[in-house]
Amino acid sequence: MSKPIGIEVSIAVAEAVGLCDVDVVAAYPITPQTHIVEHLSELVADGHLDAEFVPVESEHSAMSACIGSSAAGARTFTSTCSQGYALMSELCYIASALRLPIVMAVANRALSAPINIWNDHADLMYARDTGWIQLLSENGQEAVDMSVLAFRIGEDKRVCLPVQVNLDGFTMSHVIEPIAIPDEKEVKKFLPPFKPALRLDPANPVTFGPVGMPDVYTEARKAQDEALKATKPVIQEIFNDFAKQFGRQYKLVETYKTEDADTIIVAMGSIAQTAMTAIDKMRAKGKKVGIARIRVYRPFPGAEIFEAIKGAKNLVLLDRVTAFAGGEISGPVALEIKSVLFDRKVSPKVGNFLVGLGGRDVTGQNFEEMVERVASAKNGDLPAYEFINVRE
Amino acid sequence: MAKETGIKSWKELNFGIAITTPGNAAELKTGDWRSMRPETDREKCTKCGQCYIFCPDMVYSKDAEGFYAQNYYWCKGCGICAKECPVDAITMIQEVD
Repeated sequence: MSKPIGIEVSIAVAEAVGLCDVDVVAAYPITPQTHIVEHLSELVADGHLDAEFVPVESEHSAMSACIGSSAAGARTFTSTCSQGYALMSELCYIASALRLPIVMAVANRALSAPINIWNDHADLMYARDTGWIQLLSENGQEAVDMSVLAFRIGEDKRVCLPVQVNLDGFTMSHVIEPIAIPDEKEVKKFLPPFKPALRLDPANPVTFGPVGMPDVYTEARKAQDEALKATKPVIQEIFNDFAKQFGRQYKLVETYKTEDADTIIVAMGSIAQTAMTAIDKMRAKGKKVGIARIRVYRPFPGAEIFEAIKGAKNLVLLDRVTAFAGGEISGPVALEIKSVLFDRKVSPKVGNFLVGLGGRDVTGQNFEEMVERVASAKNGDLPAYEFINVRE
Repeated sequence: MAKETGIKSWKELNFGIAITTPGNAAELKTGDWRSMRPETDREKCTKCGQCYIFCPDMVYSKDAEGFYAQNYYWCKGCGICAKECPVDAITMIQEVD
């Protein structure tokens, strides 16, 4: 078991990707992802990593190069965020439909306008319908672990799908944290060489990405949907394997003090760590509050979320994005959780809060306010969603 | 004549919707797109082969008598052959079924 060292999270993620013996890195720099690809290019240039580093001219080209290299059978990595993700997004749908296990770290950042380089989940939500597996991390250690896990999950023959590793921009990417970088031999043991299910090979020609007319498109989409649906138990199984080898156990949905909680917060990413500190304070005051943290956002762990929150009278659902839907429905995460509850005929009091937009801090005090807001509201008084920390 | 491949179930589609048998476009039936069918009047036809040259879909091939015969499995009914025929031997006939 390796010892924690003080290291910037971005550098640690790049080191982890290097340990995964990646073959091709095609990326374009964008704040706050820059240090990840910068350090990977250093590893390649200095001869520490035997990989092809492709310094492409845009994110669109980055994902195009990744699709080509993954289809040729190379273990492939890229990283981006925000506007960069928006530019590459049309290719992302293709990567998943072609079942290519590309791994992409996203240093989550707000989308323009106004131009904002700071953290929220606009890019994560932009990506949610692309057919990729989306993993979340809440601290540097998790970002490193998810990077290693992403290759193992994506390349598993029961999965064969691209995987996003989400880490909050700046609040994680640019912070120095104590992180245990896994031992190279241990990573090699955990992550077998990439054996593509199908690859571009001149000796056995295949066509990737042909046209699919109305008589086959529905079947193609159904097949892809079934492929993603089948990944949930595999992801948990691989999380368990990781725990056996590295001692850190992850779950699709992770809980903290939910067992007897009247109020349960549901959050994703680094703010969940702030929430846990706030929960300890609220517990000290006798308030029964807990949190369910979403580790895997796609495929959406509906059953696991329900299991975690079913006992709560009050739910505080957080969305770190503005979803422009006209005001009568909730933000994306809350909307999905409400759908889970509706299908199971359970209706607690639900507050949906848009928090931490464009780098706005979410404090422990904010969590106490949101918990109080839902607890004291009468049923039916809560709007579909509300902004917090907004100046009137 | 290519064989009818039929429509596959989602379970039978190739992994990653890939095509693993190169050249299988010849098996794709495009003849059912057609609303009009070209027919050749062999009295007028001079066997010049302009229809064969202009057809974008390889519908025409030479038969034993030297005439260029249509393969309706592929013919989409575009009408280019009828337009190009220098002796107006090809007529587009409305498909009724």
